[in-house]
Amino acid sequence: MSQAVYLIAYLAIIVFISAVIKRIVHYIRSPLHVRWEIYPVAHDSKRASYGGGYLEEVDWWKKERNVSLIGELKVMIPEILFLKTVWENNRPLWYITYPFHLGLYLTIAFFALLIIGAIAQLSGVAAGPKVPLLMSTVMALTNLIGPVGFILAIIGAAGLIYKRLTNPGLRNYSTFSHFFNLILFIVTMGIAILTWLFIDPTFILARAFIVNLISFNISQINSSLFLLQVLLAVLTIAYIPLTHMSHFFMKYFLYHDIRWGDEPNINTPETDKKIGVVLNYPVSWSAPHIAGHGKETWAEVATFNPVAEPETGKEKVDE
Amino acid sequence: MSKSKMVKISDISKDSDKLTSVAVEDLMPLPGDFEDKEWDEIPEETREQYACILDDVNILQIPLPKTTKEEEELVNKFINGMRKLFTKEDNWTFLTLLETTMEYCAKCNTCSDSCHLFEASGENEMYRPNYRTEIFRRIYKKYVKEEPLSKWRNGDVDLNWRTVARIGELAYRCNICRRCAQTCPIGADNALVAREIRKIFSQEMGIATPELHKSGSMLQLQYGSSTKMNKLIVRDNIDFIDEDFSEETGYEFKTPWDVEGADILLIHNAGEIMAWPENIAAFSIIFQAAGISWTLSSDLAAYDSINYGVFYDDVQFARTAILQAQAATRLGVKKIVLGECGHAHKALTVIADRVLPEPLKIPRESCFPILRDIVMSGKIKFDPERNNFPVTLHDPCNITRLMGIIKPQRDIVKKLCPQFREMNPHGPFNYCCGGGSGYAIMSRNNIPEWRFKITGRKKLSQILDAFSDCRGSEMKKYVCAPCSNCKGQIRDIFKRYDLFEKEQLAYGGLVELIVNAMVDVNPGYIKWGEEY
Repeated sequence: MSQAVYLIAYLAIIVFISAVIKRIVHYIRSPLHVRWEIYPVAHDSKRASYGGGYLEEVDWWKKERNVSLIGELKVMIPEILFLKTVWENNRPLWYITYPFHLGLYLTIAFFALLIIGAIAQLSGVAAGPKVPLLMSTVMALTNLIGPVGFILAIIGAAGLIYKRLTNPGLRNYSTFSHFFNLILFIVTMGIAILTWLFIDPTFILARAFIVNLISFNISQINSSLFLLQVLLAVLTIAYIPLTHMSHFFMKYFLYHDIRWGDEPNINTPETDKKIGVVLNYPVSWSAPHIAGHGKETWAEVATFNPVAEPETGKEKVDE
Repeated sequence: MSKSKMVKISDISKDSDKLTSVAVEDLMPLPGDFEDKEWDEIPEETREQYACILDDVNILQIPLPKTTKEEEELVNKFINGMRKLFTKEDNWTFLTLLETTMEYCAKCNTCSDSCHLFEASGENEMYRPNYRTEIFRRIYKKYVKEEPLSKWRNGDVDLNWRTVARIGELAYRCNICRRCAQTCPIGADNALVAREIRKIFSQEMGIATPELHKSGSMLQLQYGSSTKMNKLIVRDNIDFIDEDFSEETGYEFKTPWDVEGADILLIHNAGEIMAWPENIAAFSIIFQAAGISWTLSSDLAAYDSINYGVFYDDVQFARTAILQAQAATRLGVKKIVLGECGHAHKALTVIADRVLPEPLKIPRESCFPILRDIVMSGKIKFDPERNNFPVTLHDPCNITRLMGIIKPQRDIVKKLCPQFREMNPHGPFNYCCGGGSGYAIMSRNNIPEWRFKITGRKKLSQILDAFSDCRGSEMKKYVCAPCSNCKGQIRDIFKRYDLFEKEQLAYGGLVELIVNAMVDVNPGYIKWGEEY
């Protein structure tokens, strides 16, 4: 059974990484899209504070754009850490969804600390009678952050289930997937708490499991509860990027490439090249103002006037 | 909550006369004594011809299927179009944006409260930004993406002719102002979904609203303008405006045409020529007074900046943008400047940016920065006392939220209008006038009533609130709405509620305020009430 759990853990990690890569590659490989930005655009350092952009300037194409990473961070950090948009636009939901998200963040931090501890253990830093201060801090933080994260996630997930069941505005849009996801988190985090309480209060087993995973040392897992916890944890990790919850990393593209995608096509030969590609895509739309004129590509269709006046010598058709 | 407001996702396919109805008592209250009557019935003739099964209004004229075969055809055409919508070849323009909205929305409905239609309707579920999207998403996942166990995982929706007819009509219950997208924590865009559904109907099924298509973009391609003015008529009209306003203002000016090598090709919304000639004249006066090198073009579609394709059809959009860029290239101007028309601004400056190929990449900019520079330059003498009446500024969505042009127009009104006051909220967080995405030009059947009761209600409320210290007929007030569509909508609302008289309200563009303050022009360029 232990061997199977290790195998599932490795598979889950592979599924997680593959799914994340697949989504990102799919996005990056998608064709050029038109600009569709929404202001305020955070990286406009001079004007983001009031929602302005470079189009406020006469001859804007002759002027340097003010693209500021700090401007983006000023929006993204509170957005990621505190869900600022929900706070500003949906306060009743924030009180529930924020504990849930904070719980997940802390759980991620817990995993990171476990991995750091495991690596330290493997490298001998954390071995022996005298553990360095830094490592004892890591371990203490692991012991603190893990349980707090589990509890917050459970509270948040339970609150979200309640909200989705009782709020008519949310009930209409809540599907099996929503409830399944939230219950999965409650069960996974619940088992994690039970394991912490009764089996592994300082996460020694958990860290040892990570050590074994890293060193490909398939050793026996003696506790059924711990085994169940590992199974649930890795399955949840694998499952997340297969669902809409992959917004946790895809949000980067939705913000940076779409919402803030204000880069003009000035001195950008790469964009011109892409425009050349998409304009040569075939068009198969069937409406009479598009089809039936012998025009096949976007370039041909877009430069054809189906109702041009006779003096231009072009065809005129009824709509 | 009244029963009519509670609409389920599954109701979209139900065999019922209507999906919902917005009761008058549920409408968002307005600040003051305003009376709304019950909905006028959709005419019998329309009901017999078109599928009027959504609510109390009919905008998209979807032929009512008479036989089972016609019902099946409607569904098949829709699903064929939907499949094309999710291919890179047919929809490279918006595919990525649409897919991300389909995939990553958490359905938290944070967007709901940002929607002025949802608020104005008293939170009728049909107007929730995510209602339309969720139906579309379920169809997408089940029939287009064919996700395993989709019905079970993502929720189901029955795809029958009623679903198709209702979702098509529902695509026209959104101003596409994208305020919902602005508030989405993830970055999903429900307004885009409305536009993409419109595309399926137009580009695949050949069904579009007559105002946008047959009398809109097609006329522009045929005659050069949706007003049906050809180049001879438009030049005659502008000549007349030059003469008329030269006499009225005491400022002799002449609008230049087809000047090769001019610095600027100015493109107006040609609707201004018919409805608001003072706007056309004001531009000519300001540019002449500032000594700008500029011209209008009499080339096809280049004397009318409108591009209704932005609202419903990518092909029509591209055709118009290309014609406008070609005209500028032929004249050899240094840049195109867009007059006071919001959607034209966004269409040619932003969206066309990744559509125009290299030879047509002529620089394009808004009129507001250059107007700001002119006003601030000292080239023209102004007397702000001439504008000493309460003024508020409406922010056209396309210019502000979608282009980030916020400050130039404010610099002008703050310099020239001593009693300027902001609406709340404003700038990129503004509310749509209610005419956005094409409704301002629709006056068929009871559509105007819908524009007053639902889409324009929040803007009216904002305007009245901005003038809360000077309500009534005692004091003249001015709503600066620098966009043709917005002006049309605001005009119609003021007329409907008799606000020209009751509140001494006038509306107009920004250039009218500038000319009204010009020392070299006779006083009284802006008119109120009977002065019109």
